[in-house]
Parts: sequence; C-alpha cells; structure tokens
Amino acid sequence: MSITIDQINKNFGGFQALKNVSLDIPEGQLTALLGPSGSGKTTLLRIIAGLESSDSGRILFGGDDVSQLHVRDRNIGFVFQHYALFRHLTVAENIAFGLESLPKKQRPSKQEIRQRVAKLLEMIQLPELAKRYPAQLSGGQKQRVALARALATQPRILLLDEPFGALDAKVRKDLRRWLRALHDEYHFTSIFVTHDQEEALELSDQVVVMSQGQVEQVNSPTGLYARPESRFVFDFLGHVNVLSGLVKGQKLVQGDAWVSLPGVRHDQEAQLYLRPHEVQLSRSPAAKARLPLRIEAISLIGSEVRIELAPEGWQSDEIWEIGMSHAEFARQNPTRGELWYAVPDVGHLFVADSVQPRTIDWQYTEAANASNM
Amino acid sequence: MSTSAQAGVAPVRRLGRRSKRVLPGFGLSLGISLFFVSLVLLLPMTGLVVETSGMTWDQFWFTITDPRVVESYKVTLWTALAASLFNGLFGLLLAWVLVRYEFPGKRIVDAVVDLPFALPTAVAGITLATLFSQNGWYGQWLAKIGLEVAFTPLGIVVAMAFTSIPFVVRTVQPVLEELSPADEEAAVSLGASDGRVFRKVIFPSLWPALVTGIALSFTRSLGEFGAIIFIAGNTPYVSEVTSLMIFIRLQEYDYAAASAIASLVLLASLILLFSINLWQGRYLRRLEGR
Amino acid sequence: MAVQNRRIGDQLWVRRSLIGLALAITLIMLVIPVVVIFTQALSTGWSAFAGNVMDEYTLDAIGLTLFVAALTVPLNLVFGTALAWSVTRFRFPGRKLLITLIDIPFAVSPVVAGLLYLLLYGRNGWLGSWLSNYDVQLMFSWPGIVMVTVFVTCPFVARELIPLMQQQGSEEEEAGVVLGASGWRIFRKITLPNIKWALIYGVVLTNARAVGEFGAVSVVSGNVRGETNTLPLHVELLYQDYNIVGAFASASLLAGIAILTLIAKAFVEWRQSRAEHATPEEGGA
Repeated sequence: MSITIDQINKNFGGFQALKNVSLDIPEGQLTALLGPSGSGKTTLLRIIAGLESSDSGRILFGGDDVSQLHVRDRNIGFVFQHYALFRHLTVAENIAFGLESLPKKQRPSKQEIRQRVAKLLEMIQLPELAKRYPAQLSGGQKQRVALARALATQPRILLLDEPFGALDAKVRKDLRRWLRALHDEYHFTSIFVTHDQEEALELSDQVVVMSQGQVEQVNSPTGLYARPESRFVFDFLGHVNVLSGLVKGQKLVQGDAWVSLPGVRHDQEAQLYLRPHEVQLSRSPAAKARLPLRIEAISLIGSEVRIELAPEGWQSDEIWEIGMSHAEFARQNPTRGELWYAVPDVGHLFVADSVQPRTIDWQYTEAANASNM
Repeated sequence: MSTSAQAGVAPVRRLGRRSKRVLPGFGLSLGISLFFVSLVLLLPMTGLVVETSGMTWDQFWFTITDPRVVESYKVTLWTALAASLFNGLFGLLLAWVLVRYEFPGKRIVDAVVDLPFALPTAVAGITLATLFSQNGWYGQWLAKIGLEVAFTPLGIVVAMAFTSIPFVVRTVQPVLEELSPADEEAAVSLGASDGRVFRKVIFPSLWPALVTGIALSFTRSLGEFGAIIFIAGNTPYVSEVTSLMIFIRLQEYDYAAASAIASLVLLASLILLFSINLWQGRYLRRLEGR
Repeated sequence: MAVQNRRIGDQLWVRRSLIGLALAITLIMLVIPVVVIFTQALSTGWSAFAGNVMDEYTLDAIGLTLFVAALTVPLNLVFGTALAWSVTRFRFPGRKLLITLIDIPFAVSPVVAGLLYLLLYGRNGWLGSWLSNYDVQLMFSWPGIVMVTVFVTCPFVARELIPLMQQQGSEEEEAGVVLGASGWRIFRKITLPNIKWALIYGVVLTNARAVGEFGAVSVVSGNVRGETNTLPLHVELLYQDYNIVGAFASASLLAGIAILTLIAKAFVEWRQSRAEHATPEEGGA
C-alpha cells in the first residue's frame, strides 16, 4: 500500500517540528527517514502512524485519506524504539495481543491464534522462547519479538522507529540483513527512522534525508550518494573536504591554494566539496589544482587507509581526509609530517547562495580541453 | 451491492471525529478527577469563605489577635521549626546511613522509618505521653537531669518530630542514591579531605532535597493535632498549639472564631504547599538540565 | 594515610559511629514507642487485654472504623487511579495545578479539614441548612466521618501511582493502541499489571490512614459511644477516663495495622526491585 504525505505541518509549543512536508512512499518499498536528532523524522513517523496528529495536511494510504482515522483503525504495524514489549506478558502473549484485540467477528479462533503465533515465532527463529518474559530476553531477541508482534495482524504498512538504535554493532548487522530478507519476502510497505547514514544506505530502497523539519532530498541510496543536492546532505553522508574561496580567472583561490574551474563566473564566493575518495595525493601540484597539505595522521581502517591532512598556507574549518587503497599506500608511502598535494578527480561546487551544487569532473574537462587543443 | 463489495477490501475504518488523543480514557479519567477534586477538596472551602465573610473586619482582627491565640501561633511556629530542624539533622543522618552503609537490621530500620506515617496520631500521642510522663521510661531519666518534656512545649516538639521525620528521610534518600561515586572519586583524587568533599561535592546536590524535606516536615508539624494534645498539657498561653485553639473554639460553639483562625492556618499551609511545589519544580528542572 | 578510601565516610570509625547513632535514634524514637504500646496493653495480662478488646463499645468502634475504611478505600482507589492516568498519560492546561491540588490534604491540618466540612454541611452551612430541609444530617454521624476520611486520605493512591506511571512512560499503552486494543483491554492487560504493586501499597496506606484518622474525625463526629466513635476516638475517650490499659489495648490494634502496613510496604518494594533486576539471558537459541 503506497503512502502519500501531503503538506504536513506540526508545531510543538513554539517549535516547528515539521514544515510543509510532502512525500510519496511507493508500495512495497523499504524507505528510510534519515536525519539528525531534532530533524522531525520521528515526529513524521508518528504522524503517519496516527500516534501524533498534524496541525495541517493529510496522510493517504493507497489513495485513501486516513488523517481522521484513529491509530487503532489504521491497520499499521509499529515497532517502537525501545520495543515497548508488554513486560507482564510472555513472548507468545505479546505476539498474540494484536490478534486477540480484533473485534469478535474478525478474531481468529484460539486454536488459529496459537498456530499463527507459532508460525511467527518460527519466522523470528525463537520458537523456544515462547514462554519467556521480555526482561529475560537480549536486545536482539526483544527486537525480533517486537517485529513479530507488529506483523501478527498482517498490516500492509510497517513503521519502525530507530529499529536498531539500541543494539550492538554485530547484532545490528545481522538484524538488518534479516529485516531486509523479511521485507523482500512479505512485501509490505515499510518506513524506518534512523540517524545512521550507513544503515539507511545499506537497508533501504529509498532514502529521505530530513533536516530541521524539512525534506532535504529523496533518492535511492546510490543516487543519493552519487548526487547529494545540498551542503547538508554532503555533511550528513560522511566526511567531506571543503575549499572555500573566491573565483578569480577560472580559478577558485584561497591563500596558497587554488583549483581550476573552467566556465565559472568571476568574482564570487564559492565552496568546493570533495569527498575522501574523490581526491588523490601527489608529491607535486597538478596543472588543474594546487592544494598543499601536511599529513597529520595515518590510520588503517579495514580495507582502506585514511590520511588526515592539514592545509598549508590556506585554511579549512575541518581537517581534510583522503582515502587510498593499501596497494596505493604501499606504492606512494606517504609519511606523517610530509607535504603533499591533493588532486581532485570529481568535485561539487556551491556558488554564492545557490542551494544546489554543480558537479565538476576534471577528467572530463581535461579530456575536453585536450581535444580542443 | 457495490458498497458491501468495497467494504470487503477496504481497511476497517471509522471516519468522523478527529481524535487528538491517542490513548483512551482522557475524558473519563479527567472527568472523575475534576469532579472529585471539586467536590472533596474545593467545595468545602466555600463553607469557610461564607462563614468568615459574615464577620466584620474588626471582629476578624479581634479574633485572630486574641492574646491567647497569638501565643498559640508563637508556640506552634517555634516548636514546628525546632522539630523540623531536628528532623533535618537526624533525617539526613538516617538517610545517609541507609544509603551508604550495610549493617545488620538495615532493612528493619528502613521499614520502621515509615512508622510515623502508618501509626495513627492518637496512638502516637498517648504513647509519647506515657513514655515521657514523670514515671515513664524516658520521663524518669529526664527528670533526674531536670528536664521536663511531658506537659511542656518540649513535648510538642517531640510529638512533631516523631510524626514528621519520614518526610526528610524519604526526600533525601533517593537523591543520595543517585549521587555518582565518580564525582566523589574525582574530588578525593584531587586531594580534597572528606569534610571538603562533603561540603563541596555532596552537599550542593543534596541541599535542595534537604530543604524540601524540612519544609514538608514543618508544614506537617504546623497542622499536627492528634499526637500533640496528649503530651502538650494544653496550658493556655504556654503549650496550646493553633490546631487546638481552633478545636477549643469549636467546642465553645464559636464557629466564627474557629473559622477566622482556621482561614489563617489554611492560607499559611496553602502558601507553603504551593511554594514547596514551585521550588521542587525549579530544582528538578535544574538537575535535569532543562 | 594508609589506604585510600573509595568514598567519603567509609572510614571504620565514621561508619561505626554514624550507624550507632542512627540505630540509637531509631530505637529511641521509633522502636521503643511501639514496644510500649504492647507492654501497656498487656500490663494486666492477656485475659484483661481480651476483655478490653471484646468490650461492647470497643467492638462498636472497631465496626465503625472498618465500615468507614471499607467505604473510603474504594472511592479513593477509583479517584487516585483516574487522576494518575489523566496526569501521566495526557498533557492539558492546568495539569500541574491539578497535581498540586491533590496535595492539599497533606498540607492542611486535620482539624481545619474537619472544620471545613462542618462549616459546609453543618446545620448552619449553606449546603447543610439546605440538606436539613430534607432531614438529611451528615455531620455528627457516620457519613460525616466517611467524608472527612475521604478528604484526608485522597492523595495516597495517586501519590504512589504518579511517579511510577511517569517513569514507565506510555509506550506500552501506545503499542497496545497500535495493535487495536480497546481502552479497557489496554488498562486491564497492560497498565494494571505494571502498576499492581504500587496500587496495592496505595490502598494499604489509604487504609492505614483511614483507620487511624483522629483530628478531622473528632471534629465532625458527635463522639457518641457506640455510634460515632471510631477506634482512635475510642482510644482518646478511654485515655481521658484514665483507663490507660484499655486505651492501649485499642491502640495496640491500630499499631498492629500500622505494622502490617510497614510489612506490606517492604514486600511491595521487594517485589518491585525483583522485577527491575530480572536478568536478561544472553544469546538465546
């Protein structure tokens, strides 16, 4: 069942939690609401569920306006951040709760409820824990019971609030895969809230990035990563190296540093965003850029080597980070304290107060320049 | 026909009222609460208002400044103050010992602290009167050092202290439990003496609760009646508390005088109650960093 | 300085003297008085004690006291639960004021409480004079005693429930709503089991205070032997008659209830701490 969010506004006291949010969630997809705390993502999720009411705007499920519908009647599954398992009911009783709450006419027989619960316990791979109480479960087990409980009434929409927030890294990874598999098998429409960009990118079909009560960008994980559309999304998706300066004669200049920028208007402020994998290191400046940096630290992180550098003769608010493969690292052998030059492959330019960046690919421009000659 | 066919596929739905409350029972529970509060707590106040508004200002003033009544204010105030300060000191000690140390009988001590709340005040009254009477267990020893408690204002202090000591213990105890050992360790590692750590690290987080406990104890003591009248001796101008003055005026069928004094007492206790609540709200906010 | 103390006040001499002082205070202020009640009650032997308790007027007082408690407790149970539910599960203007208002009985002198009711419902009160036209007299009879007892004991249940329900939050109830449960089902299956022990303790406290209230009741009761005499009033009456042993015999019954209350509290706290410290099992499968 598709979900349409139509111009939702929400105020808490004087604080505007959601500002005119509109969004389409396609049927059968797993969508992530990604944002820092205070971005309004949880409020939006609770409004979709009906746990919170909006000040204005509509929520539609499969084209039907459900804004006026009580949460009880929306037929959604909801997984709470801290699971909210009923602590005085056993695992089996927790899972059966929704079925037993159905109106008499729709309620399955006791026998049938027992079978459905057994099946769900099978699905979450915990059949032997049926008689346990929530306090006797580990975090990952609680999470799975919460999911089974939400799915027992076969909702067509599943909403999850920070589903993996309280779990340790290993369990989190397993559960993510398991949820993905579950989703692919049952094909409900799911929305989950997270502040972890890695989780959003790994798990979802579609990522909605939120900031200060507004939607910043909506795209598939790969699309989002390839084309972030605002400074905020850049910052939020991981580390980014920034050169801010003034455009002078086809160059972005600040102190001793410059980068050639063909076809950009003169005399304006601009920021160039370069992600760690979009930059290479060289012992001498290139024709397209001169970005002197001194190596501050080198750390080996899994499959790559991360090098932290400080600008030399120019300034940057944050330290620069450049990633390289182990092979590259062995070949170049950079050492702490040495002076190197960053050479960008691809960059994203924010000019003055324009919101969207322009992507600049120097390999392409160089090739074009070469052929022009 | 078409409607029933649609009903088969559409989700269960009940259109109409836009309910802002997710959880059920708002109207019912608030209705019961407001009805009860109005009927049981607020409506009776009107009787007092009607009764006192029937008096002229001169009558009212004359009644509440009657020398015997004024003497009862003084006695009540200083005994309540003494009792609540005593409780501040020993309540803090009890709370400290219960939180910090392990010793045999700790659970019993912890349970017995609540005894004054559970024991009817009249029972407490006759028991204390018996203990402190001239040939009572405590009285005969105190008489040897020339201290008379029963039938003196000191007896009032004893009765007040007994009935209100749990307030201090129970407000200070949870705060002591929440104190983080790390703060103390940090202070000790910086070379501070125990006394200094207590003054500079523990007391600053403790004193709001201690003040609250003492204020609650004071409020309770101001209104105490049952435990006091048996041990105080109730000598006019010496050991009569204000609650007793109201009671005496009532027995004289002087409702107006009783109401005048009661309105003063009621006002004082309501002001105390609201100040304590405001104060608690403020320091709780500070602790939670809101 | 030989060994660094982990926390302050842990030195042996400090610990010992503070514990000693605390035990002494507890003994002198709290334990010995209870012992006195029972030794006085039994000072003339068990049969005299039984005689005192089985005295006609004592039995009447016990009966009235239990009757008053039996009416008061359910009323305040319903009120306290409703109030706790409304102030912990919803936000509304005036919520803080409501929480403060229910503390009034804690702050108001029992004598003043009794007086308030006397002035309103007594023969001269505006409501009482209207009621007396219909030959309804509430003061100086058992309804008045019940009314002031309800006043004096109404904060107990709510005061026990509010902090607990606030701390537990409403996520479990919200989960119940999402799963389609009705209001009554949510209360019975989710809320009630979570607050059961606090509720029981609230009832025990309400009962203890209802049984033992003295000041307010003595204002509105006519002190008629065998009719409007509750057990605490009876204790006073016997004591004023210089029947000290008789007074302590009745007092010992009330002290017994107080001790049971303390035991109930200890039990409830033990249950709650056990529920909180239930150990989660690692791994599973």
